Amino acid sequence: MRVINFAHGDMMVWGMYLAWLLATRLGIDPYLGFVGCAAALFVVGLVVQRGLVDRIVDAPHEMQILLMLGVALVLENGALLAFGPEPQRVRSALTLSTFWLGPLFVDVARLVTFAVAVALSLALYLFLFGTDLGRTIRAAADNAYGALVIGADVRRVYAVAFGIGAACVGAAGALVSPFLPFQPSAGLAASVTSFNIVIIGGMGSLLGAFVGGLLVSVAESLGAVFLAPSLKELVSFSLLILILLFRPAGLFGRRAG
Amino acid sequence: MPALLRLDGVEAGYGDMVAIRGVSLEVARGELIALIGSNGAGKTTTLRAIAGLLPCRGGRIELDGARIDRLRPAEIVARGIAHVPEGRQLFPSMTVLENLELGARTTEARRLRTGTLASVFALFPRLAERQRQLAGSLSGGEQQMCAIGRALMARPRLLMLDEPSLGLAPVVVTSIFDNLARINREGTTVLLVEQNVLRALGLCHRAYVLENGRIALTGPRDRLLADEGVKKAYLGR
Ligand SMILES: Nc1ncnc2c1ncn2[C@@H]1O[C@H](COP(=O)(O)OP(=O)(O)OP(=O)(O)O)[C@@H](O)[C@H]1O
Ligand SMILES: [Mg+2]
Repeated sequence: MRVINFAHGDMMVWGMYLAWLLATRLGIDPYLGFVGCAAALFVVGLVVQRGLVDRIVDAPHEMQILLMLGVALVLENGALLAFGPEPQRVRSALTLSTFWLGPLFVDVARLVTFAVAVALSLALYLFLFGTDLGRTIRAAADNAYGALVIGADVRRVYAVAFGIGAACVGAAGALVSPFLPFQPSAGLAASVTSFNIVIIGGMGSLLGAFVGGLLVSVAESLGAVFLAPSLKELVSFSLLILILLFRPAGLFGRRAG
Repeated sequence: MPALLRLDGVEAGYGDMVAIRGVSLEVARGELIALIGSNGAGKTTTLRAIAGLLPCRGGRIELDGARIDRLRPAEIVARGIAHVPEGRQLFPSMTVLENLELGARTTEARRLRTGTLASVFALFPRLAERQRQLAGSLSGGEQQMCAIGRALMARPRLLMLDEPSLGLAPVVVTSIFDNLARINREGTTVLLVEQNVLRALGLCHRAYVLENGRIALTGPRDRLLADEGVKKAYLGR
C-alpha cells in the first residue's frame, strides 16, 4: 500500500496549534511540549488509518487521494473553527536567544530544533532498521502481499506506521512553532514542500527524505538571500525539476519495478 | 488421531468465478503430499484458501481437528502453517537475513530464532554466504531457497509450497527437491503444489490430481505413476 498523505502539512499545523495550546494554557515550553504533540498526532494518525484509509485499501488509487484531501480539508477548517484565521506564534524560553560563533550569527531556537530533528530522524532510523516491528513495517512497504503471507498483522502494521508518520510531523510542527508564525491555511504549503523534499530524496527512502530536506531548505535560504525572499520556491522547484531530469526516481529512490 | 490438515468440500474463487469446488483432501502428520495439475487447475487457489489469503466460500478446513477456514492469515501462520507462495513474494529491498528473520513471528519462533536460522543455513549454505545481500539481487534458485528458509523460520507443522521448481534449471530443482525430502524426513509435514509432475511424484508419498477445480484422482505415488491417464496427461508418454 502506498498512501500519499495529503494531510501531512495540516497535521503539522495541528502540531503547531497543540504546541501553542500547551504553551499558552499550561505554560509548557514547545521544546518539551513537542512530545505531547507527537503523542496526540500519533493517535490522530492511528484513527485516520484505522477508521478511514483501511476501508478503501482495495479501492482504486485515486480514492486514497480524494480521501486524504478530504482529511486535509477537515483538519484545516477544524483549525480555522477552533483557533481563528489570525497568525499565531509560540513563545519559547529560547526565542530571541542568539550568539555569535566567530562570524556566524546563531539563533539558538533554530539550532535546538535542528538538533532535535536530527535526533528524531536517527531514532526513526534505529526503530525501522533495528526492531522487529520496524522491520515488519519496512517489509509491508516493500511487499504487502509477502507480509500477509508470513503472517504479519498488516492492518496493525499500517496503523502504527501511519501513526508514527503523523507523530513525526506533529513533533516537527511543535519544534518549528517558536520561529515560524502559522495560521490554519499554512498546511497546504507545508504539504507541497514535503512532497518536493520526498520526491527529490526518492519516495520511500528515509535517507532520501533527510538529504532532500537539507537540500531544499538550503536551496530556499540561499535563493531568499541572493535572489529575493519571494523567489525561494522558484529555487526549490527548479531543483526538483533538475533532479527529476537526471534521476527520475529521486536521489535515493529505486525505480518503480 | 485426526489428519493434520483436512479439506472437506472447499469452494473458493475470484469475483463471480468459482476456481475450486468441492475440494477434499487430507494430509497426515509426517507425510509429503503433492497436489498436481495443469495451468489454471486451481492449485494456487487451494493453497491460498488454506492460508486464509482467499475466503473459503464453502466447505471446511481443519488443522489438527480445529476449524481454521474463518481465521485471518496471521492466525493461520500462528497455528503452524507456513506458505512458500507462487512467485516467492520475498522482500526484495531487504537483506536475506532480514527476510529470514521476518519469518519468525510467533513468540515461540522468535525465542528459537537463532537455532532455526542455523538449521536453515545448514540446509542452504548459499543463504549463509549471501545473508547480507538484498533478496532482490539473488538468483532465481537462491530466491526460492530464501522463500523456503523464511517459511521454515516459522517452525511450521505444515509447510506448503507453490511450484518451487518454476523457472529453475534442472540441477537447481534437484537440489531444492533433495532439501524438501530432508525437511520432510526431519519431521515437517509438506504439501507440495507442482506442475512438474514427474519430479513431484518422485518425491511424494501420495498425490492429488486437480483438474478444473476438482480433485480428479488421488492415490499413492506408485499407483499414479502407473496410471494411464496420468501418464498421458502429465508425463507425456
Ligand atoms: N486473481 C485472480 N482473479 C481472477 N481469476 C483468477 C485469479 N487468480 C486465478 N484465477 C483463475 O482461477 C483459476 C485457478 O487459478 P490458479 O491460480 O489456482 O491455478 P493454478 O493451478 O495455480 O495454475 P498455475 O499452474 O498456472 O499456477 C484459473 O482459471 C485462473 O484464471
Ligand atoms: Mg499456480
